Amino acid sequence: MSIILEAKKVSKYFGGLKAVDEVDMSINSGEIFGIIGPNGAGKTTFFNMCSGVYSLTRGGIWLSNENITGMRSERIANKGLARTFQNIQLFKFMSVMENVKIGFHVHTKTNVLNAILHTSTYRKDEQFVNRRALEIVEQVGLSPYKDTMAGNLSYGIQRRVEIARALALDPKVLLLDEPAAGMNPNETRDLMLFIKKLNKDGYTIVVIEHDMKFVMNTCDRILVLNFGKKICEGNPDHVKNDPLVQEAYFGKGLLTKEADT
Amino acid sequence: MNQLMNKVQKLWDEHKIVSMAVLFILLLTVPSVFPKNYIMGIICRILLYILLAGGLNVINGYSSQFCIGYAGFFCIGAYAEAILSLKAGMNFWILLPISGIITAIFGLLIALPTLRLSGKYLSIVTLGFSEIIRLTVLNWNGLTGGPMGIKGIAVPSLFGLEFKSAIQYYYIFLFLVILFVFATSRVIKSRIGRAWMSIREDELAAKSLGVEASKYKAMNFMYGAFWAGIAGAAYAPYTRYIDPTFFTLDEGFNILAMVIVGGMGTMVGPIAGSIVINIVTELLRPISEYRMVVYAILIIGMMWLRPQGLFGATQSILSGGKIMKKSDRGKKKGREAA
Repeated sequence: MSIILEAKKVSKYFGGLKAVDEVDMSINSGEIFGIIGPNGAGKTTFFNMCSGVYSLTRGGIWLSNENITGMRSERIANKGLARTFQNIQLFKFMSVMENVKIGFHVHTKTNVLNAILHTSTYRKDEQFVNRRALEIVEQVGLSPYKDTMAGNLSYGIQRRVEIARALALDPKVLLLDEPAAGMNPNETRDLMLFIKKLNKDGYTIVVIEHDMKFVMNTCDRILVLNFGKKICEGNPDHVKNDPLVQEAYFGKGLLTKEADT
Repeated sequence: MNQLMNKVQKLWDEHKIVSMAVLFILLLTVPSVFPKNYIMGIICRILLYILLAGGLNVINGYSSQFCIGYAGFFCIGAYAEAILSLKAGMNFWILLPISGIITAIFGLLIALPTLRLSGKYLSIVTLGFSEIIRLTVLNWNGLTGGPMGIKGIAVPSLFGLEFKSAIQYYYIFLFLVILFVFATSRVIKSRIGRAWMSIREDELAAKSLGVEASKYKAMNFMYGAFWAGIAGAAYAPYTRYIDPTFFTLDEGFNILAMVIVGGMGTMVGPIAGSIVINIVTELLRPISEYRMVVYAILIIGMMWLRPQGLFGATQSILSGGKIMKKSDRGKKKGREAA
């Protein structure tokens, strides 16, 4: 197994606030990696640094041994890192197919002249985009909705569209920011199976999630953040039994008080 | 309105080649239907403004960079043609693309420093740019003739045929409009158009999908500016005399009004806007400057009742961010009836 995404001593300070402080992470290709932590632990900030939305205060990030520190997000997407957003950022007024088609941007080459003259480059690109977009829509199970406007779909389906759009990039690593947020238990279970299936298809997936059942059942390894610092890393069982993790989630007051009295 | 549009659209799609041919022949026969120079003048104006409003619509409507100083680009195109044809004696047909390219370079020059600006800040910069161009033209006596303008611009000719009157010039404008609609509708349907629209709808998401937002915004500005240059180059020999008073901010607002009234983000929008505003202008000529009041009311009313314009992209962020489901619309009607 080779390391595909690596973060070394990554830090982000907003003025005096250490949102993310010296976090190390290495993700092997082909695994599902979970990042958890209480609210405000810096998970999304960490994601935003990986995908180039924020710049790093310190540290560095490598994508398959290539330094991507400080690159703009569109460059990073081009290198093969796709992401979804916590509060869905779909093109609400475009159909599902159009949403997915935009994901193919980095794989096509048409320029203005090609488009006006309908040259072979243009025709090849359009054929490729149409064919692959249909394939992906089918793969993700969105065929019935392919011509529906994305903004009109239900929450769970919108999540899927966002993932489908990211898959169009044919990414090496797929970052999912709270994919199960706001879903009912049935939708969450569907999503869980869906992510496992994607993983089996060969995608490396990094997922931020609050739903413990979801994380414990899907992820191979988990990283726990609290107040911007890494407090634990390992497989689900290890993380579950870690005293620091328990403290971060449940606090320690109650047990010691009982012991005192 | 929407239903009617859908019906027309459907009819058009079903018999595409036939309807295009019919439309083309109708357009060719326009000068024989209206042999008067006065009416042909108005029709030429409409066609000229279709070019301008269409070009502005590419910027404002498709990538949602709100440019209000479009008259600046128009000015550059017109002066480029006039100066090069007078001083270098170049042919009109060569000058058309050259003026377009010169204007596109100016478009790039203004796009580069403003890539990080959006919304009203970008608008203010374009406003300033338009004024800078006008003032430069007004004061650079040596090159542009200053307030005296440039007189006696050569009339274009083709195979010994001179385009002197509005009736003959109509065909040049028609040719350019057809070229514009043809090229732009193809660009819009391609990967580039998709990238522009993705930036309009959600720039963050577009970037996360690898769309180089700054590059495409600059390209968008250049494309829009290019057509303003072409329109300017066609306009200069049409009037045969240009001076800086043609290219004031009012002119920019006039073009903007056409885009807003007609509707942003569609190919039909600016065409409709140009027709409506130019006809209103002609009808209101007797009340002279008071017609500005009518424009203002028109724009305010439009923004209030139909923010996307007459034929604007209903299914886009331009329609005020509302998504109307079919079922909702049904319910609303039902409630109103009750």
